[in-house]
Amino acid sequence: MNKVSKDNFKQEKYKYGFVTDIESETIPRGLNEDIVRIISKKKNEPEWMLEWRLKAFHRLKSMKMPTWAKVEFDEIDFQSLYYYSSPKGHEDKPKSLDEIDPKLIETYNKLGIPLNEQKMLAGVAVDAVFDSVSVATTFKGKLNELGVIFCPISEAIQKHPELVKKYLGSVIPVTDHFYATLNSAVFTDGSFVYIPKGVRCPMELSTYFRINASETGQFERTLIIADEDSYVSYLEGCTAPMRDENQLHAANVELVALDNAEIKYSTVQNWYPGDENGVGGIYNFVTKRGLCKGKNSKISWTQIETGSAITWKYPSCILRGDNSIGEFYSVAITNNYQQADTGTKMIHLGKNTKSKIISKGISAGKSTNTYRGLVSFHPKAENATNFTQCDSLLVGDKSKANTVPLTENSNNSSSINHEATTSKISEEQLFYCLQRGLNEEEAQSLIVNGFCKEVLQKLPMEFAVEAQKLVSISLEGSVG
Amino acid sequence: MLEIKKLNVSVEENKILNDLTLSIKTGEVHAIMGPNGSGKSTIAHTLAGNPNYRVESGSISFNGSDLLDMEPTERSLDGLFLAFQYPIEIPGVTNASYLRQILNSHRKHQGKDPIDAAEFLKLLKEKSAYLKIPMEMHSRFVNTGFSGGEKKKNEVLQMDLLDPKLIIMDETDSGLDVDALKVTADAVNQMKSKNRSLIIVTHYLRLLEYIKPDFVHIFQNGKIIESGDSSLASRIDKEGYE
Repeated sequence: MNKVSKDNFKQEKYKYGFVTDIESETIPRGLNEDIVRIISKKKNEPEWMLEWRLKAFHRLKSMKMPTWAKVEFDEIDFQSLYYYSSPKGHEDKPKSLDEIDPKLIETYNKLGIPLNEQKMLAGVAVDAVFDSVSVATTFKGKLNELGVIFCPISEAIQKHPELVKKYLGSVIPVTDHFYATLNSAVFTDGSFVYIPKGVRCPMELSTYFRINASETGQFERTLIIADEDSYVSYLEGCTAPMRDENQLHAANVELVALDNAEIKYSTVQNWYPGDENGVGGIYNFVTKRGLCKGKNSKISWTQIETGSAITWKYPSCILRGDNSIGEFYSVAITNNYQQADTGTKMIHLGKNTKSKIISKGISAGKSTNTYRGLVSFHPKAENATNFTQCDSLLVGDKSKANTVPLTENSNNSSSINHEATTSKISEEQLFYCLQRGLNEEEAQSLIVNGFCKEVLQKLPMEFAVEAQKLVSISLEGSVG
Repeated sequence: MLEIKKLNVSVEENKILNDLTLSIKTGEVHAIMGPNGSGKSTIAHTLAGNPNYRVESGSISFNGSDLLDMEPTERSLDGLFLAFQYPIEIPGVTNASYLRQILNSHRKHQGKDPIDAAEFLKLLKEKSAYLKIPMEMHSRFVNTGFSGGEKKKNEVLQMDLLDPKLIIMDETDSGLDVDALKVTADAVNQMKSKNRSLIIVTHYLRLLEYIKPDFVHIFQNGKIIESGDSSLASRIDKEGYE
């Protein structure tokens, strides 16, 4: 097979690169104990939450940024960042729709996320996080009737402290690693979801993260708990303005599935990736971890990663409950100078636990795309099985793809089945499509969407078409 | 329709076509026969604009336009169709969605609206029935895991959908059993018209027994060594190329 030699990207304009001109409330730059206290105070947090944050902050002082990932960037000056920014008048809590600044409603309309419940996609409830605060959560009333809690985490800390205390940090310990600990000290907003026993959540729950303020880090914290015999499907989307600077998004997402519960978590990550020369873009340093705590529980991660200058993220499953299942479906597309180091960890602790990993990496331009995964079978994980399939697709001859699959097996009854392929979009495939009248971009988009099909079809239907378009747009200009 | 003059073509460092000159008028059916390695497939791929085939010198005029100046996509949209000897697999893309997309690309070029799903399904059913293609094949991925016969039929189906002005069939008979060959040839015969020209590239006589050519050209070392009517094909079949 021959490679495609045309690899100069003409940059498709990033559709979500606008800035909302809105007055915002910020706090002084820098990271110190006072900042942690100010954030906690802004959020009207109880004392226990402040203490939790301070513990993380003090621990952070002795921690170093991880350096093992295949990504390169200049040192981040954590003292130069703003850790909190809120549109004025929205500091306390989400308001009803008529109280929200019209500029914010307009912003979300432009992003294709109408906050007006009548205009929304039926069957999708949205929590809209703008910089450091949640500005609206829709369909709360309807969900309330079922006992489903879907609210900003800052609200949950005040209204549902027993649940937050019990589960926050139970999957990602406060002291886990640098970014997780940083997040624990300064997190600002994100979503909280609790699905009560026996409830199958009737709507897709989703959070839309938007970074707007400059020189500001966004520290998202999301916690989802599915109680026994419950089910929830959750989706997050992310965008940011086009800026020359690099901005940091360091999130912690924790999922807990109790006996027979299932959580399906999908991400469409489209943070600003930087320009065609690699200037600007979001550093997306994210810790996502799910705990299959109960027996027969299931956690499924699906991610479509097309944005960010650097993506560093490994949504993982800890399979503690017997017969629990962990899944990871990923499409990571890098173009121009983007760097992605992403994958998953499947930690098998319980008996008969199963995991499945399907990773599709597509690298174009001068980008680097690494799959990094760990499958670990502990001694008690009898008869555990894993299936891993990692496929990489190269576009052009200046991009790089790496696969780093690690396995640890401490028992004899478990099995791992690993398949990996690296291919280039073949000249034959392209020529075949051109001969039938498609232009080079249409042909490439067709071939790449085919390559990702297995993962794209795991997305909730409402978002699958959008994701398919995003895959095409992300690669536009990679030929010609 | 097609005017090839003193065409020299190389693949990598090997010169394949040698001062080839050939003229094809609208409505004519030409067969190109020759032993393996004689350059038959090279002419097919060069006409379609495959970038692996480098034109060193010469000219090709297609309906008055300079074909060598046109991109492969443009050649297709302007009515040139190459049926591949080895159709390419596109995993993950269903045949139905692929067929609809290539049809819409041609419709767009002709200033027509995209075909809607229901209308397309009707068209697809009609054309598939003619070629004895089960509809189930269209929900599989393009050419992926298709049998040799299915792949070739799928090429003829695309040809039929896109309604080209010049059809080049590169060894379409290879991999077809007798029944499939007959069905395929019937479909091609239906497409013969005074507005359409056909180039049939083949090693054997058998396809030409079903699709009667007006002219037969024998290729050797990248040029035509003999031309004649359909009786030439029968003679070659008896006597061989030597």
